Amino acid sequence: MNAPTAAGPVPPTREQLVDFVAHEAQLLDEQRWDEWEALFAADGWYWLPASPAARDPLDEACHLYDDHLLRTVRLQRLRSPQAHSQQPRGRGHHLLQASTVLERDDAAGCWLLRTPFVYTELRAGHTVTLPGTARHTLVRVDGALRIRLKRVDLLHADQPLPAVEFYL
Amino acid sequence: MHAEGPPGAQDAHEPDVRSLVRAHEVHRDVYRCPRVFALEMQRLWARAWLFVGHDSQVPEPGDFVALQLASQPVLMLRREDGAIAVLHNRCAHRGAPLVPEGPGRAGRALRCPYHGWAYRLDGRIAGVPQRGGYAGSGFDEAAAVQGLTVYGEVAMHRGFVFARARADGPGFAEALGELLDALDLIADRSPQGRLRVAGGVLRSVVRANWKLYLENVNDAFHPPSTHASVTGAAGSTWAAAAAPGQEPPLALRQLLPFGAGFDFFDQMGARLLPHGHSILGTRQSIHTGYGGLDAQALRAAHGEVRAARVLAFAPQNVVFYPSMALKGSPQVMRVLRPLAPDRTLLEAWAFEPEGAGPQALRSALLYNRQVFSPLSMVAHDDLHLFEGQQHRLAADGNPWVSLHRGARADTPEAPPRDVGGLDEGLLRNQYRAWADLMAAPAPGQP
Repeated sequence: MNAPTAAGPVPPTREQLVDFVAHEAQLLDEQRWDEWEALFAADGWYWLPASPAARDPLDEACHLYDDHLLRTVRLQRLRSPQAHSQQPRGRGHHLLQASTVLERDDAAGCWLLRTPFVYTELRAGHTVTLPGTARHTLVRVDGALRIRLKRVDLLHADQPLPAVEFYL
Repeated sequence: MHAEGPPGAQDAHEPDVRSLVRAHEVHRDVYRCPRVFALEMQRLWARAWLFVGHDSQVPEPGDFVALQLASQPVLMLRREDGAIAVLHNRCAHRGAPLVPEGPGRAGRALRCPYHGWAYRLDGRIAGVPQRGGYAGSGFDEAAAVQGLTVYGEVAMHRGFVFARARADGPGFAEALGELLDALDLIADRSPQGRLRVAGGVLRSVVRANWKLYLENVNDAFHPPSTHASVTGAAGSTWAAAAAPGQEPPLALRQLLPFGAGFDFFDQMGARLLPHGHSILGTRQSIHTGYGGLDAQALRAAHGEVRAARVLAFAPQNVVFYPSMALKGSPQVMRVLRPLAPDRTLLEAWAFEPEGAGPQALRSALLYNRQVFSPLSMVAHDDLHLFEGQQHRLAADGNPWVSLHRGARADTPEAPPRDVGGLDEGLLRNQYRAWADLMAAPAPGQP
């Protein structure tokens, strides 16, 4: 991250923001989960709504809404030799479209990116393909970009879904 | 099918379903055979009282929900007189769908988008465009002039709407029996005695037979082995994160009890009821520890004695055979919709007890996304095993699935009966009902 100057921290470039999102997807696909979790701010959430119009993760049904504690449990479970559904270990693959910066508030230190994707998961010989759009709300913590909220809107959000096991 | 002819396939036209179920075993074909599945829809699912919906989904006349019930497209519709109708969602004219699946509002009439036939909210025809064209055609005597086909009998208790396509067997109150008391206890979690469906429904497609799923709902023998991955992860994560003596957050209090031992699950107790129904967790369950209700408000509303009963009722699952399983605490419900012998649609619903504050609904929604979501932390291990069973039961080998656990030659099996939580009598009870409901209709019966 750019070094702070006397006038305050230098805001991230568009390229730095877009690279952050691509790197985040790479860490997921390579199952480097500790490094992935470290990309979140301490109060960062991951949200996968069950409706394209979802507004509230607590008062509406959603497929997943995880804070640091629940992400840690989920990732720990995936590593467990007792996770029957991960024998053999599944794999996920992100095909990302280049992110666009939807909102940029350099003064507040907050940036919103939109990234259309196609996610494919392979598990127990079955393939699931899910198109969708990720929205990353990024902030800066100790000079580094961090995720405050990753919201993933699936094309099939409100449709019956098969089991999907990894973070998209 | 099996090369040597499994017992269920002796008749080329109709499986001999009774030969597929023994006292303590079921034949693998009950899970796999397409003809058995077709008969299940025609007989079992048509004769049983099926959960349709909740009346809070259709508060005003003309409100409806269109859904699949036992492979039939139907409408649950609030009529002008306040009663609830369950009608086939198919125009009497040429079979076009009247409304798409999901909730909607018809106002005072349903109108077919194809040729504009209109129906009153009880299904009778309200109008046919260009009616003069039918003069002398015999139309007035045709079945179409009767309007929308009624699905069958409809009954409701505490807002829970049930229907059966064929009036063959006991009526609603007798068929549900003690389950009506369970509905009362769950509805009285609201100080006003009313539940409301809220927050939205999570839906999953399971690549397994509906009975493999419903057996698991009644199976307290599996969590220590099946769910070790998530309970181990939740335990170790909390041990590393918590201050000494700190209580885990609700999210973990919902997950950790899946790791209770065999003794806990056996002592939770179960009650077997007629017609395949059951209550698992009559004395305690993994849900006992997090009620989330205002006990004082419930005592004020229902009195000391009733409130104590309501608060103590936290079953693992109340099974409304074959279509639904309900928990009391949190107020969540699973609805099963068989799609094919090897495919089942699962819905997870949440209820808000009216007047109980937002926390009870939030607890239900939290439970659903942690445990029943397609991105659950708990269900993946279950689903992986059901899907594996579905596949492996196709393989040659012993074709009989064992349900012996807890059976004793000196103990009659017939319900009602109280058993330990680990007793596979819960599953034998389902298959006793299965055999009854699958029996060929008596001569002269539909």
